[in-house]
Amino acid sequence: MTEIFQITTLSLQVSTIATLVSLLIGLPFGTWLALGNFRGRNLILSIINTGMALPPVVIGLVVAMTLWRSGALGELRLIYTPIAIIIAQTIIAAPVVTGLTAAALEALDPRLQQQLLGLGASRGQMVWYLWREARLPLLAALMAGFGSVISEVGASMMVGGNIRGQTRVLTTAIVLETSKGEFETALALSALLLVLTYLINLALTWIQQKGRKADWQSAPRK
Amino acid sequence: MIRIRDLLIQRNGRDVLNIDSLDIQRGETLAVVGPNGAGKSTLLLALAQLLKPVRGEIRFDGKPLHELNELEYRRKISFVFQSPLLLDMTVEQNVALGLRFRGVPKERVKTDVEKWIKSLGVESLSKRRASQLSGGEAQRVSLARAFVLNPELLLLDEPFAALDSPTRVKLLEDLSVLLNRDHLTTIFVTHNLKEAAQMGDRMAVIAGGELRQVGTARQIKSKPADETVKAFLSELPQ
Repeated sequence: MTEIFQITTLSLQVSTIATLVSLLIGLPFGTWLALGNFRGRNLILSIINTGMALPPVVIGLVVAMTLWRSGALGELRLIYTPIAIIIAQTIIAAPVVTGLTAAALEALDPRLQQQLLGLGASRGQMVWYLWREARLPLLAALMAGFGSVISEVGASMMVGGNIRGQTRVLTTAIVLETSKGEFETALALSALLLVLTYLINLALTWIQQKGRKADWQSAPRK
Repeated sequence: MIRIRDLLIQRNGRDVLNIDSLDIQRGETLAVVGPNGAGKSTLLLALAQLLKPVRGEIRFDGKPLHELNELEYRRKISFVFQSPLLLDMTVEQNVALGLRFRGVPKERVKTDVEKWIKSLGVESLSKRRASQLSGGEAQRVSLARAFVLNPELLLLDEPFAALDSPTRVKLLEDLSVLLNRDHLTTIFVTHNLKEAAQMGDRMAVIAGGELRQVGTARQIKSKPADETVKAFLSELPQ
């Protein structure tokens, strides 16, 4: 029981940190892509969109090679640590958050930028209010980013090593138990993962839909 | 107050507005008319520093725009678009938006917002969200949001074009009263000649990306600068 608690806590910690770091990268980068008008923009967007569909095992392989003792960042001795999993999961989630942020802002009326500037907004204020207007799809981007990392197994296995008490997370534990033929344990862990994912997405959906509910409640009663 | 000389604006590498000379006096309402795609809105965007000229200059109170601090300058003006472009918040929050950008103290924001939503006749809607307003109500809120800033220059880009006729007539009357009362320097873009004659102290006719003529409606009607202006003004009320 203690081990399951430890595995669950580590899974949540690693995936939450990776999602937040990908948000810190993806939100400004996606905004820059959506609002910018520069040469090469479409090329970058197509690369980001490809990144959204990159198989986690490929990312795991690249990160593992980089963090391997003989690799470019081998001296940092991060391979088979939770930090290595966070790095790999951030690389998985960042394109998802970036791409969906860009799409969310591009869906707004382009004249809204001019209107905000025409009312005296600074560039920072303009971006803040554009994010506010796009908050529902931006929360969806956050949910998609989190969903992409909490459920992945390939990268976590390759760069974390599935070491008991150190880098074992729910998905890698499920793979291990299945390979041992311990289907009941694997099923129990799968159910736990599903419930956790559901609860987190339920909370985010509740936040997302709060604004819509407020709209409905303030509707005129005729 | 505004002095434009030898101005050329390009969009996507194409010339879209060419003005040799145009002066706008403080307190004046200049109605800019012309067919769709003539370059009227481009003039407003250039005046708001949202488009940079490739040639020539615009002076505001004697100083070239490119020498002014962009943010400080934009906070002297106010822009109303054809579409109200309200944010997903309540009416009073929308009206307060520009004041909040400027860091105006809360107490003054409250007083000013109350004053202007009343002046535009939307006080009963102050707690309503923007998404629940009709087109006419939303445009009234958009006007209140611009007037509350007490701008030195008010830019109106066909603000009533998307409204039905009765709403449009009522809003024009209300706007006319406010402009006469406050003597705001206003540039009012429209392709409706009747509106232009009603609202403007002077009219500027733009066609094909060029400023063709400036003068009072009567002057332009009696002595059109060229055949294009003559044809365009033929629908002016006598």
